[in-house]
Amino acid sequence: MMKGIRPRQRITQTDWAGYLARRADHAQDDMLARFFQARLPAPDTPIADVPMVALDMETTGLDERRHAIVSIGLVHFTLARIPLATRRYWVVKPPRPLEESSVAYHHITHSEVDHAPDLDLILEALLEELAGRLVVVHFRNIERPFLDAAVKARRGEGVLFPMIDTMSLEARLHRQTLWARFRRWLGRPPVSIRLDASRQRYGLPSYQGHHALVDALATAELFQAQVAHHYSPETPLERFWC
Amino acid sequence: MDVELWEIRQHMGQFPPFDGLSDELLDALAEGVEVRYFKTGTDILVLNDTIDELCYIRSGAVEVYRRRGELYNRLVEGDIFGHFSLLRNHRVRFPATAIEDTLIYFISDAMFQRLCEEDDDFADFVELERPRLESAAELQKKSNDMMVTRIRKLVSRYPVMVESTMSVQEAALQVGNAQASAVLVIDEGSDNPRYSFKDSEGKSWQMCGILTDSDFRNRVVAKGLSPQTPVGEVISHALITIQSDASIYEAMLTMLRNNVHHLPVLYRQRPVGVVHLSDIIRYETHSGLYLVSNIFNQSSAYGLARLSADVRAAFVRMVQEGANSVMLGSALSTIGRSFTRRLLELAEAELGPPPVPYCFMVNGSMARNEQSIVTDQDNALILSDDFDPDTHDDYFKALAAYVSDGLDACGYTYCKGDIMATNPRWRQPLKVWKEYFEEWIANPTPEKLLHSSIFFDLDSVYGESHFVETLQDLIATRAPQAPLFLAAMARNALNRTPPLGFFRTFVMEKDGKHNNSINLKRRGTAPMVDLIRVHALACGSKAQNSFRRLEDINHTQLLASGVSDKLSYAFEFLCMSRLRHQMIDLEEERTPDNNIEPENVEDSERHTLKDAFQVLSNAQKFLKFRYPVPSQR
Repeated sequence: MMKGIRPRQRITQTDWAGYLARRADHAQDDMLARFFQARLPAPDTPIADVPMVALDMETTGLDERRHAIVSIGLVHFTLARIPLATRRYWVVKPPRPLEESSVAYHHITHSEVDHAPDLDLILEALLEELAGRLVVVHFRNIERPFLDAAVKARRGEGVLFPMIDTMSLEARLHRQTLWARFRRWLGRPPVSIRLDASRQRYGLPSYQGHHALVDALATAELFQAQVAHHYSPETPLERFWC
Repeated sequence: MDVELWEIRQHMGQFPPFDGLSDELLDALAEGVEVRYFKTGTDILVLNDTIDELCYIRSGAVEVYRRRGELYNRLVEGDIFGHFSLLRNHRVRFPATAIEDTLIYFISDAMFQRLCEEDDDFADFVELERPRLESAAELQKKSNDMMVTRIRKLVSRYPVMVESTMSVQEAALQVGNAQASAVLVIDEGSDNPRYSFKDSEGKSWQMCGILTDSDFRNRVVAKGLSPQTPVGEVISHALITIQSDASIYEAMLTMLRNNVHHLPVLYRQRPVGVVHLSDIIRYETHSGLYLVSNIFNQSSAYGLARLSADVRAAFVRMVQEGANSVMLGSALSTIGRSFTRRLLELAEAELGPPPVPYCFMVNGSMARNEQSIVTDQDNALILSDDFDPDTHDDYFKALAAYVSDGLDACGYTYCKGDIMATNPRWRQPLKVWKEYFEEWIANPTPEKLLHSSIFFDLDSVYGESHFVETLQDLIATRAPQAPLFLAAMARNALNRTPPLGFFRTFVMEKDGKHNNSINLKRRGTAPMVDLIRVHALACGSKAQNSFRRLEDINHTQLLASGVSDKLSYAFEFLCMSRLRHQMIDLEEERTPDNNIEPENVEDSERHTLKDAFQVLSNAQKFLKFRYPVPSQR
């Protein structure tokens, strides 16, 4: 885990199908009900046939209880193609004012944020883009709790769904192997599983980081690369999501 | 523009053919891109699959194959592929495989067609080979002012004209009054159709000569002639003129070749002005002209040798000013010829007049007017048939040594193959030379011709030029009827082959191997020259310059239509690349050579060079097929 991140309850639903079905039936909010009624592919679907959406958020900090979402970027994709025409990008106004330090970090200015809508206004459009697609993120412990908290604050109920986390796929490969233990035993620093470092291992180019849309695209490319190297197009979806 | 598109747009905008797109088209292009990752070893395009997207390499490397599995190209970041099939039947013609982990941007067929329609340069780029070479060659031409500006632009006033019966004193007065530096001398009549014209009253005149400032000095005053001598008696009758629509460059060359400083300019047969050397120099300050006149002013071989730095400087300037390969080749050859000629003059001054007439023959690049700055000397002596070795050879041996040593001192190094007049074998009377050529043509073997093919580029620089013309006639008559000879020449022309192209900082060979540099003469211009020579011999062309030879070839059915144009564009580009890299060597104070290092090759040059190599390679294949070894009877 990254330094400075508060240990939290692991959200690992073993039975995503049951959870999603329950939410589809019982969601109070119309919008959320529609979102959950759009069915995800079955767990045994080959990954090549799964429609996906790469998602990235920039936040004012790492704690969803104190910090807020500033921007959201996404792009639809499959193993075969990432069509840039499907990209979406929103800047949203956090309920709490933006700190100076995070301004530099995100390349998003105060005036951009001041004129941005509240998340609630774009929530419907966002969920429409996600519905029926498997969400792919790099480090799910940002996107998942922040979105859940933000929706809960506005609509009274949260939103959780299975995700593919390219960072945890990298961790499986580099942090949980015999080789990784050997490195640790030698006192070598662990292999970096941050987005850019991970991409480099697959020969992917460096992008200017910290823009939600660029990182979403970068994540989609990384997932294609991970499957190409370590899995196959026939690998079932359940091997990836969590 | 979105930031993430900015990344994509920025990347594509650096590479041809996208670097020339308008911002609007580039935005639209980036907008529609689809991305996919390919692991090393994965097929990207499979033979005969349907293709409806252009592929752009964002990162990684890709190999493209021919149908039979032969390597066609190896591509890297910024390269495109698939366009060939998109322009035809949308079936993959050249399969492609990722040879490194690769990120591909796919561009839809609709977008591709739009780019072709809205951007001519893009369309030219994706059309294979010819148009790109053509446009590269044309661009060079366009950028070169001297080549297109007509000489009439430098004519500012009518020439002073006097009748041949006028006294030199009166003529001198008229020249002085008009503040001119030469008069044209005319007389009534029309027996010389080349220079006959009618004046405004319908009267027939013809130009019979020119009298310049220096002529007044050298031909009149120095000889002590009376001021009353009619001008017609002192003029030189060897009149060198130029047409008003010729280029400034042609005028410059005419002056260089004939070593004259004044040129009457004619519109059809009528004189419309006189151009002086200084007019051209004023127009084009950095020309080789000063250099050439300087060469002829040197009184020793030592003085000549000191000029080689000037030759290099003139060369660098000409390349920088956008001269094309024909200009550079003939300018450098003219300079080389001038050195040779001046050395022969100096040798004769030292050794005395020759005992029998002779012709000093040059071979190879100087004969073809295709010299570069890195060149050795290839020459020979054709002596009169009256030559008697016992009494005359000492003279010619000394003459040859004087010229050869002098040329070496001037930067034209000794020929490693000993093709020099100092070699007794190449210092022979005309009849022996005829026997040489007859033997080469009648009883050829590739081995025998290997070292003598250079003699099939031949020209005279000094002395009895008709000796060389006799040999040129002999070759043009015999060669087309000698299939065995042509087959042997063709076989030798295939000894050196071009590489496939470039891959990052390497030269890529057809077998996929890499090299750090490429000798562009051995792998490009020389095989091209060899190839063109074989066709030229087959069609009885007497031209020596490769471009002139291609023109002659084009008048025959030897090559499919359009092929000689392609060869000409490819040759021009190979020559220019080689010359440009020699210029870079000189500028960076390295010894210029024929090697180019891939890291110094710009993107667009890479693409065009690859096309040129391809044209050469195809032409070589055809050569083998066109001139087979005839079956033995």
